[in-house]
Amino acid sequence: MGFLPFVKLGLVANGIIFGSVIALGAIGLTLVYGILKLGNFAHGDYMAFGAYVAFYIVDGLLPRAGIEGAGLGPFTFGFPVLIALPLSAIVVALGAIALDLLIYRRLRQRGASTAILMMASLGVAIAIRGLVQLIWSGDTQHYPRESRQVYHLPMDVRIPPDGLFVAIVAVILVAGVYMLLTYTKIGKAMRATSDNPSLALVTGINTKHVVWWTWGIGGALAAIAGVLLAVVQAQLLPIMGWKFLIPLFAAVILGGIGNPYGALIGALVVGVSMEVSTQWINPSYKPAVAFAIMIGVLLARPHGIFGDSQ
Amino acid sequence: MALLEASNVVAGYGETEILHGVSISVNKGEIVTIIGPNGCGKSTLMKAIVGLVRVRTGAVRFRGVDISRLEPEQTVRSGLCYVPQSDNIFPSMTTRENLEMGAFVRRDDFRHRIDEMFELFPDLKRSARMKAGRLSGGQRQMLAIARALMLDPVLLLLDEPSAGLAPGLIHTVFERIRGINETGVSLLLVEQNARESLRMSDRGYVLSGGDNQIEDSGPALLNNPEVGRLYLGG
Amino acid sequence: MDIGGVIDYLVGFAIMAMIYAIFTLGLNVHWGFTGLFNIGIAGFFALGAYTAALLTSPPPDPEQFEDFVFGGNLAHHDVLAWGIDAWFFLGIAAAAAVCGLVALIIGSITLRLNDDYLSIATLGIAESVRLFFLNEKWAANGSKGLYRIPKFLGDLIPAENYDYLYIVVVLIVLLILFVAVQRAARSPWGRVLRAIREDEVTTAASGKNVSHFKLQSFVFGAMIMGVGGALFAHHVRFLSPLTFDPLLATFVIWAMLMVGGSGNNLGAVLGAFVVWGVWAGTQFLPGVFSDPSFRLLMIGVLIVTIMLLRPGGLLGEWRRIVARRPAPAAGRDATGAD
Ligand SMILES: Nc1ncnc2c1ncn2[C@@H]1O[C@H](COP(=O)(O)OP(=O)(O)O)[C@@H](O)[C@H]1O
Ligand SMILES: [Mg+2]
Repeated sequence: MGFLPFVKLGLVANGIIFGSVIALGAIGLTLVYGILKLGNFAHGDYMAFGAYVAFYIVDGLLPRAGIEGAGLGPFTFGFPVLIALPLSAIVVALGAIALDLLIYRRLRQRGASTAILMMASLGVAIAIRGLVQLIWSGDTQHYPRESRQVYHLPMDVRIPPDGLFVAIVAVILVAGVYMLLTYTKIGKAMRATSDNPSLALVTGINTKHVVWWTWGIGGALAAIAGVLLAVVQAQLLPIMGWKFLIPLFAAVILGGIGNPYGALIGALVVGVSMEVSTQWINPSYKPAVAFAIMIGVLLARPHGIFGDSQ
Repeated sequence: MALLEASNVVAGYGETEILHGVSISVNKGEIVTIIGPNGCGKSTLMKAIVGLVRVRTGAVRFRGVDISRLEPEQTVRSGLCYVPQSDNIFPSMTTRENLEMGAFVRRDDFRHRIDEMFELFPDLKRSARMKAGRLSGGQRQMLAIARALMLDPVLLLLDEPSAGLAPGLIHTVFERIRGINETGVSLLLVEQNARESLRMSDRGYVLSGGDNQIEDSGPALLNNPEVGRLYLGG
Repeated sequence: MDIGGVIDYLVGFAIMAMIYAIFTLGLNVHWGFTGLFNIGIAGFFALGAYTAALLTSPPPDPEQFEDFVFGGNLAHHDVLAWGIDAWFFLGIAAAAAVCGLVALIIGSITLRLNDDYLSIATLGIAESVRLFFLNEKWAANGSKGLYRIPKFLGDLIPAENYDYLYIVVVLIVLLILFVAVQRAARSPWGRVLRAIREDEVTTAASGKNVSHFKLQSFVFGAMIMGVGGALFAHHVRFLSPLTFDPLLATFVIWAMLMVGGSGNNLGAVLGAFVVWGVWAGTQFLPGVFSDPSFRLLMIGVLIVTIMLLRPGGLLGEWRRIVARRPAPAAGRDATGAD
């Protein structure tokens, strides 16, 4: 680890936090990509929508029930965000399933090409962003917050408590997805469908359920990723999801399309690289760094860092 | 009444029609082999029977019920299992998981069935925890067949089970197929190794250009000079 | 508004519509002919516009700008004027070349692998280009942007009537590109592209190097977009990274092609006029119709609806874009392997 002395450990820590948000988005994206053969350009906007649904719950619904607050323990946000997190996940999961029934299922039944599916997802992405802007305006918003002290660790590492929260939520959810995919019948069926859709069909796997579960998990993870992104960035913007697409896809491609474990590693690599790069280059180039990593991977290992190099 | 009866099946892809009215049947307990030149529609016929390719006109009756409009998932439940010609395993899943997937529609405890498969194909037991994508060609084929057998099918459709295998292995595969048949499973095969396959078949069909050409008993087809010249390599 | 004002307005409208038509033609080469999914049009738009603007503008006054130093100053070399402002064509050519080069590099990395990668890469190109012009103040004055981009043959005609000259220029360029694209589409090369779009596997099997053809199409379309960007720069004469917002620089162009009909060049041009007409016309409507967010929503709904109902577009139909194959399982046809 000879380069480590030159790298600020604090940036690595930030990168891991940022990478865990990317991971939650990328795992859902790669599942959808592998199982439905759809590079979902609306995935970032599912995230943004989730963040805004949570904002509505925290800012609009709960205060009416008398539930308000910020600065829960060491965190900037309050208890309402913890309530909004699962609720928003459910809303986006159901929304993702509904959009499949409304749009993608029809296209699949017609035998539409992947380009058509992606095109439709672009339309969905644009529509969601328009809707978010229409409802909540294009201005910056944020969850109610109180400022908090950051943790000071040795070697000049400073971690905001919010970041720790984000990382812990991500670890729990990733572990949950792992258990689901490894041990449950539907999880195995999802992997089988991702591996070989037509064989899954003639094996008798209920691909309809697989599709629902895939969107459900992907949508829920996207919503949570969106809320966590809004927490770490301390703001919500309608464009936040679209902007997040490059790191998301970079992580998915890095890990190999359809491989959720690969997406996790890919997300951490992308997240850490983006943060560490700011030591040398202008931080606003972070998305370009993610893009450069993606192009580098496509050059060196076209099937992802874990993929067969055939 | 035949177990499987496909009559005048017309099917194809997009605008192209591949099968122009093919009829075949399989009786209970039989091994039936379909031979024919490459690209004549043998695989398409199998896909049409299981419901992967839509049957445009004609009927497919299985145990007296028309299955030509069913989804593959429903066909499988009725006791008709299918092993595709290629891509017939789940490569990123372990051997055992592949077998579990084969039993997807079973609601009972199917662990004993996995053990039976391991007895039938001991190689698979040794590689139970290995990713199926890392199995050898022969092991893959065994796994694909075992996966399809997980449901105790009445009729098994095998699309070129010996394709791409070493000569020694081909013989083993045919041995196993005969063994499966002896347990009471009826079989419909598509085969390039027509001689060996016809030798153990009760009946055979020659398909050509999307139409039935000849139907006869296995040995009769083997001895038919025209079939020999055209499809059995002299 | 008097009649002269109306005509002025219509001329300005037509110039923008024709510039958009150029982009729609470029996109038609990508998507309509070849099925390449470019969602980073804004990147080529900006690259073309900035290239032409920077090459032709004079270097900024060092008294006024600290960081911004660049400026090719082609427009002020008499050598390059020859009395016909030849620098204008140099700028256009350079814009096309730069876009083509970027497309060549990114396309050759991504297209040999998987079409999906290309579309993700176009997103990356657009964002990287935007970030470059935003951050590299020395090159393009950052978020404050470039202004007073030179006018082609600006001395010939009084400023208030300049649009009457420029509309002719844009029309000529559009016609040339239209004929070029139309010819390309009907050439053996275009036929291969359509064959790829309709059935890539069979085309590859017949011995065509599919990824080469796709790369050529990607580069060709990107160069057309570069030309569009250059014409835009000399028309509005002000550029900033905000100009190339995905809504106006990518999504609207997609809506134009979707309305016009993929694979149909005349439809592409018509679609540009129709969508730009609706866009410009609804600006004057009260309330929600002129709200940019509502328009964003409508563009999204339009694209989804067209994909569901008429994937070939409203006017022209791209007959066989929908591969009428069985779609087993959840995903694409995976049974064609044998
Ligand atoms: N998924 C598909 N889409 C379009 N055409 C196909 C597809 N699969 C097979 N074909 C065509 O159908 C014909 C018959 O193929 P197939 O049934 O696989 O033949 P066989 O198994 O007898 O070799 C071939 O001409 C082949 O090119
Ligand atoms: Mg075949």
